Amino acid sequence: MKKKHLITRRTAIITGVSSLSALLLNGCSKSSPPTYGNILRMGDALTYNAQRVLLPGQSLAKEYTHGDISSFPATGTTNPADSSKPYFSHDYERFQNKAFEDWRLKIEGRVAKPGIYSLADLQRFPSRTQITRHTCEEGWTAIAEWNGVQLSLVLQAAGILPSARFVNFYSYDGFNDSIDMLDAFHPQTILAYGMNGRNLPIQHGAPLRIRVEKQIGYKSVKYLQRIVVTDEFVDTGDSGWAWFVGI
Amino acid sequence: MSSPQSSHTNNTKHSRWVKTTHWIGTIGFLLLVFSGFEILMVHPRLYWGDAGNDLMPSLFELPISRNYHHLGWEKAMPFFDYAGAPISASRTYDIFNQNGWGRSLHFLSAWILVIAGVIYLFTAIFSGHIRNNLLPGAKEFSRRVFYQDMVNHWRRNVSFVKGPQYGVLQKSSYIIVIFFLLPVIVLTGLTMSPTVTASCPFLLTIFFGAQSARTIHFFAAMLLLLFLMVHVVMIIRTGFKQQMRAMTFEK
Repeated sequence: MKKKHLITRRTAIITGVSSLSALLLNGCSKSSPPTYGNILRMGDALTYNAQRVLLPGQSLAKEYTHGDISSFPATGTTNPADSSKPYFSHDYERFQNKAFEDWRLKIEGRVAKPGIYSLADLQRFPSRTQITRHTCEEGWTAIAEWNGVQLSLVLQAAGILPSARFVNFYSYDGFNDSIDMLDAFHPQTILAYGMNGRNLPIQHGAPLRIRVEKQIGYKSVKYLQRIVVTDEFVDTGDSGWAWFVGI
Repeated sequence: MSSPQSSHTNNTKHSRWVKTTHWIGTIGFLLLVFSGFEILMVHPRLYWGDAGNDLMPSLFELPISRNYHHLGWEKAMPFFDYAGAPISASRTYDIFNQNGWGRSLHFLSAWILVIAGVIYLFTAIFSGHIRNNLLPGAKEFSRRVFYQDMVNHWRRNVSFVKGPQYGVLQKSSYIIVIFFLLPVIVLTGLTMSPTVTASCPFLLTIFFGAQSARTIHFFAAMLLLLFLMVHVVMIIRTGFKQQMRAMTFEK
């Protein structure tokens, strides 16, 4: 039997809607963040998928010169050793009192060699310095010089497994977040221990923070405690904020 | 090419695709205005260049939330040892911030407007809608016709006309909105996206930086709101009921 190959308006709409919902359904599998049946999270998922499909490469964010370095507000948590705050961390206070000598970064999960790294261990890796623009979700921007080690080098040294899909960051202020492998292996995604030529200040995440230059500022988690590599998305509930903020 | 007269005579109705994309685009636009205003309330300061924040001077500041002129900052810490060096400071109080839903709603409604806009643009180009109904004809492109149309508007001498038989001022404003303001507002919006500007660095060049793009985005939004006001006033003046029927269910 021969079928008519006629694209009617109805078939066009049905095809369009079903392919769009297939794109959104992605949010239901554990390979990307859940949408919780929330239309805003579905929009976020559409933006995430569209950016990954349309802008697939590892192009670099603009880098600036030393003269472009600007003033830089410190927002969010500005000191986990502040006992008056709900995010107060006893451990962090102890590390801070000894100039972070005893501080260690744990790297675990889907890696062949889980490990514990001191600041000196991380500083033995080849370092990268970049002057980039921080874009805050509030609407402001600031330019600073960051110095650290590419996350990709540390993950490779830890023997990241081929099945790994997400890198999760846990902070001493109780905050946690994750990024996908495209961002984790981006050349400008660094574990930063220096800012503007000095050690990373307390307000900006001492002793170590992540810099994710292709996303909004809140993805650059401060006061790192632990990095966990996972095959699946770790669902910590809807925070009310978009998980992917490349826009 | 058809003359303006001949193309006018048979255009007594708005096409169905014009009506559909018009209203879907309207929903997207109004949601963008709503969420955009919330986002502006969180940081009601505008700047020029690539960097701009509370610790730097602004071009101007809008009195639209408790974040206006907020001076609650801890003692500043300079990054370098010279006088006037860039500084860092943290806040002494919580600012107004509803961007969790504000930003996500803004980008969701941007998808609605952009998808409706792209369908409109392709259909408008290939159906001849732009050439026949929107571009002013050679005869219309004279100072006399512009002047006459302005005088008519001033004297409130503009009457209801069925379908897309637009006057020269109407055509010109539609052309400016479709081919200038909407593209500028979409592109300046994308210029604020770190992932997009990494792939398309020329956006930062043509709009003079990320904060300049934000400022241009704001002014383009103001001009689009001005257009919306004039558009609605003209619809009311020329017969609200007739106009709404012509743009909705009239067969």
